[in-house]
Amino acid sequence: MQLFDIELTSRLLLGTAQYPSPQVLTEAISASGCGVITVSLRRETAGSGKANGFWPLLKATGARILPNTAGCHSAREAITTAQMAREVFSTNWIKLEVIGNADTLQPDPFALLEAARILCAEGFAVFPYTTEDIIVAERLLDAGCRVLMPWGAPIGTGRGLRNVDALIRMRGHFPGVPLIVDAGIGAPSQAAKAMEIGFDAVLLNTAVAKAGDPVAMARAFGQAVAAGRLAFEAGLMPPRDMAVPSTPVLGMADLGLGGMR
Amino acid sequence: MITILGAGVAGLCAATVLAERGYRVQVMDSGPQAAGASWLAGGMLAPFVEAESAPPEVARLGATAADWWAARVPGVVRRGTLVVALARDQAELDRFAARTTGHERIGPDRIAGLEPDLAGRFGSALYYPDEAHLDPRVALKALAEGLRNRGVTITYDTHFPPEQADIDCRGIAARDNLLDLRAVRGEMLMLHCRDVALSRPVRLLHPRFPVYVVPRDNGLFMVGATMIETDATGPMTLRSASELMSAAFALHPGFAEAAILEMGSGLRPAWPDNLPRLTQAAGRWHLNGLYRHGFLTAPALAGQLADMLAPTRQEAALAY
Repeated sequence: MQLFDIELTSRLLLGTAQYPSPQVLTEAISASGCGVITVSLRRETAGSGKANGFWPLLKATGARILPNTAGCHSAREAITTAQMAREVFSTNWIKLEVIGNADTLQPDPFALLEAARILCAEGFAVFPYTTEDIIVAERLLDAGCRVLMPWGAPIGTGRGLRNVDALIRMRGHFPGVPLIVDAGIGAPSQAAKAMEIGFDAVLLNTAVAKAGDPVAMARAFGQAVAAGRLAFEAGLMPPRDMAVPSTPVLGMADLGLGGMR
Repeated sequence: MITILGAGVAGLCAATVLAERGYRVQVMDSGPQAAGASWLAGGMLAPFVEAESAPPEVARLGATAADWWAARVPGVVRRGTLVVALARDQAELDRFAARTTGHERIGPDRIAGLEPDLAGRFGSALYYPDEAHLDPRVALKALAEGLRNRGVTITYDTHFPPEQADIDCRGIAARDNLLDLRAVRGEMLMLHCRDVALSRPVRLLHPRFPVYVVPRDNGLFMVGATMIETDATGPMTLRSASELMSAAFALHPGFAEAAILEMGSGLRPAWPDNLPRLTQAAGRWHLNGLYRHGFLTAPALAGQLADMLAPTRQEAALAY
């Protein structure tokens, strides 16, 4: 998969928060095979001007770092955080998150668009965390975004793809745009589903970080994402209402053992 | 003479164990007594609860901590820990129960029996009867007092060249010699509140910011603690303050009238696996990386340190 000018082998992107320890995190990254990790930047973190030892560990994983603006509630806050992240992580990639509601952590599409427009103009590669709304998505592309990241479900809920029909519609509407399901994935089967309906990648955090064994769960997600993508490329059979025997009846030997005469 | 750097929980526990085994010890600290990460600690001796996020080694190291402290300092309270969640976060309680042992699931009547002020506030809780807590400031002062009674000098506010020390327990200040050591910022509140009485630490699970409230004497409560991957020092942010305060308020609305005595912030030292470790570097022993388990693990680690020094001492005796 290609994201901007970068060729990636894995279609799984992992968040780096809430793990039991940095060591478990780096083992999980390695077990998942993911090539991109997203890192949140708290303002106070950036303000210190020094790394605390956490970022060197992340860099040592070899994964590409996608800083995010998690927890920002206004366009201005998100823009400032993105600018700081560019300095701290030396990358123009930014996962743009502007939260509209503190309880549901729903994206604020208006502030998101405003921030996206400004950051794209400043040369950022913006990964907007958005809803499945196609009009918002079109405006984000107009603003200069080259990737879209619709939610599966609200952040941290683990409820999977709540609106599969809309996500399928979105896939159909933007055939050439990299689409990444971001947020709400709780189980590998849900990640596989996102890949089966043709999404380009999946981004998740809590489902791995808060698993009983995060490293094993990371491996499970890596395999599910690969399996889902393979299935999509192989071409899934369409669902049917009528049962169709997988073994043809026509031409079967009549052994005279009863049954149809 | 063995020189120990750092008069936090690691340094004072190491000094105490070594002094008890007959070594001549002195403790040097570059800062004042009432400072450092240990001074801001919660003081929970909670090996079962900590197992939710910590490796099993932490619980092993902490298994006898309450006994060790109770034999040396006043104010060790063995009344267990209570873990609660708001009605809408019951899934967090189920998850916590599945990840830990040593607890009983209790209903509203038992909750009211254990903590009358929480009566009617929570339908379900996890009770860890075999845990304990102490007041870190009382405990540190008592250890220092005990050491002085054994003839050990503890010198504060004085720089001592680290390379001349034998045992380095300086926490994050030692990171120049310990490359993998990192800082995890923690922020805490000290409240004074006459409207709420608790007799044991209570943890409020919340999907975003789990918080604990530890009761201390005279209507004092410690509320903690944030965990932020940064070495930024400086005062608490409004975000952290509002998280800690709203959690205390959610636990009991009576905290609304509490006086905020202190808003503390400090840096916990941690290794990549968040486990404490005894290491040798720069020509001396280091006891470091106690992270959020200082009072829980320092006694056992001090014992290990003393065991490791023992052969050296025998060799010295033979040479003599």
